[in-house]
Amino acid sequence: MTDDHNIFVTEEIVEGADDGPLADATVAVKDNISTEGVRTTCGSAMLDDYVPPYDATVVESLKAAGATIVGKANMDEFGMGSTTETSAFGPVENPAAPGRVPGGSSGGSAAAVAAGEADLALGSDTGGSVRNPAAFCGVVGIKPTYGLVSRYGLVAYANSLEQIGPLGPTVEATAELLDVISGPDDRDATSREEGADTDYASAADGDVAGTTIGVPTELVEGADAGVRERFEETLEDLRDGGAIVEEVSLPSVEHAVEAYYVIAMSEASSNLARFDGVRYGNSGGFEGNWNEAFSDSREAFGEEVKRRILLGTYALSAGYHDKYYKQAQDARAWVKQDFDEAFESVDVLASPTMPTPPFEQGESLEDPLQMYLADANTVPVNLADLPAISVPAGETDAGPVGVQFVGPAFGEEAIIRVGSAVEN
Amino acid sequence: MSETSPGPEEVRHVADLARVGLDDEEVERFTDQFADILGYFETLEEVPEVEREADLANVMRADEVRESLSQDEALSNAPETEDGYFKGPNVS
Repeated sequence: MTDDHNIFVTEEIVEGADDGPLADATVAVKDNISTEGVRTTCGSAMLDDYVPPYDATVVESLKAAGATIVGKANMDEFGMGSTTETSAFGPVENPAAPGRVPGGSSGGSAAAVAAGEADLALGSDTGGSVRNPAAFCGVVGIKPTYGLVSRYGLVAYANSLEQIGPLGPTVEATAELLDVISGPDDRDATSREEGADTDYASAADGDVAGTTIGVPTELVEGADAGVRERFEETLEDLRDGGAIVEEVSLPSVEHAVEAYYVIAMSEASSNLARFDGVRYGNSGGFEGNWNEAFSDSREAFGEEVKRRILLGTYALSAGYHDKYYKQAQDARAWVKQDFDEAFESVDVLASPTMPTPPFEQGESLEDPLQMYLADANTVPVNLADLPAISVPAGETDAGPVGVQFVGPAFGEEAIIRVGSAVEN
Repeated sequence: MSETSPGPEEVRHVADLARVGLDDEEVERFTDQFADILGYFETLEEVPEVEREADLANVMRADEVRESLSQDEALSNAPETEDGYFKGPNVS
């Protein structure tokens, strides 16, 4: 492994405006977020030499805020993975846990912050891809409420689930970046007014007196002993700060992983149909008929991407749609209901972000189902369209542990406030 | 394990539907893995029927001409172009 942890796919400096709230900040941008004139690969051989002719809205916002972009961060191919090992450009090493994965899929973004290669970073979170690497690398990551941040220019994997989110060394710095990127955008019809003129950074005041924190037992029981210890200590600190901690139950989350993967794979099978080797991407040549050339072009996808496209195609095919896709949508509605009910009696929900410390490199690649199951605590949030933050909560022998706080829709201030109390 | 999980021929058929080229080894691995993964997905049968209250509204804009990519920009990533068009393989 190289000294630089293989954090960047492309290192290139893009200067922002002379002043603005991020004038002194360097930012790493995940390589599935379009940057005009700078190669954007999505970690895939398919897009090896793809150079977007336009900026994503969040990149325009970064430049306007004065940020200096320092490079395009390595990632699991098209965001499909939890370890940043499925990248066509090689795995990222965890700067905070040698020999272990940085998490994923925004592993390069989290590692950039952990290693000091950038002050801040942008990732994207479809089922935990900001929070998981934040937890494994010992940094802060926020998955915003669906619609808070424009997805224009984000290369789509599963549109109904994903949001671009910030990563940073502290809750306040991460919230400042969220203030810069949030807001409505007429180029993304799912973006919402609630993101306009926010001041999330000032919510990082550490004041949890009187805040009610619910702990879903289903998201704690399966966690490793070392992770649970760090989690219980965090709750104890929050109680000392005046928070009220109580147990809650979310029975639906027991089915969240399978619902998430059916929906994400189905959307992926449709979204990735755009890669045909004609308008962009690896060419399948011009011999033979369209179908053959199209299939040849798409041999450039890595194995995890092929697996998800095929399973999604299968789940949507005649005779199986009701069995998989429709039931997954029922499960999604159930998860939403469960969260809504919980927020009638608590302000935020808390759990370990990941049930384990960082995996050893290579550990999870052979068994995809085991890798999917590691997402148990993060995917319910995407199914329910809610905001969540992962905050460092100490370490085990195997590496950093993150604690996740989930809020009601557009409740970013509440999770930022509680998250900042953990830091103090 | 799923009782109805696809065998190698079905995996090839799904790959054809999805226009994804697979080699023989991938077909073999995917056949095994799909049995595990689809078997796990079948636990969705335990999900109760839920009343879905979709609180969604269409977002529309006026259909007006506005700035967009130039033809050159739009073609800039195409492996091959001809006379200002994308070049593709034969359709039939």
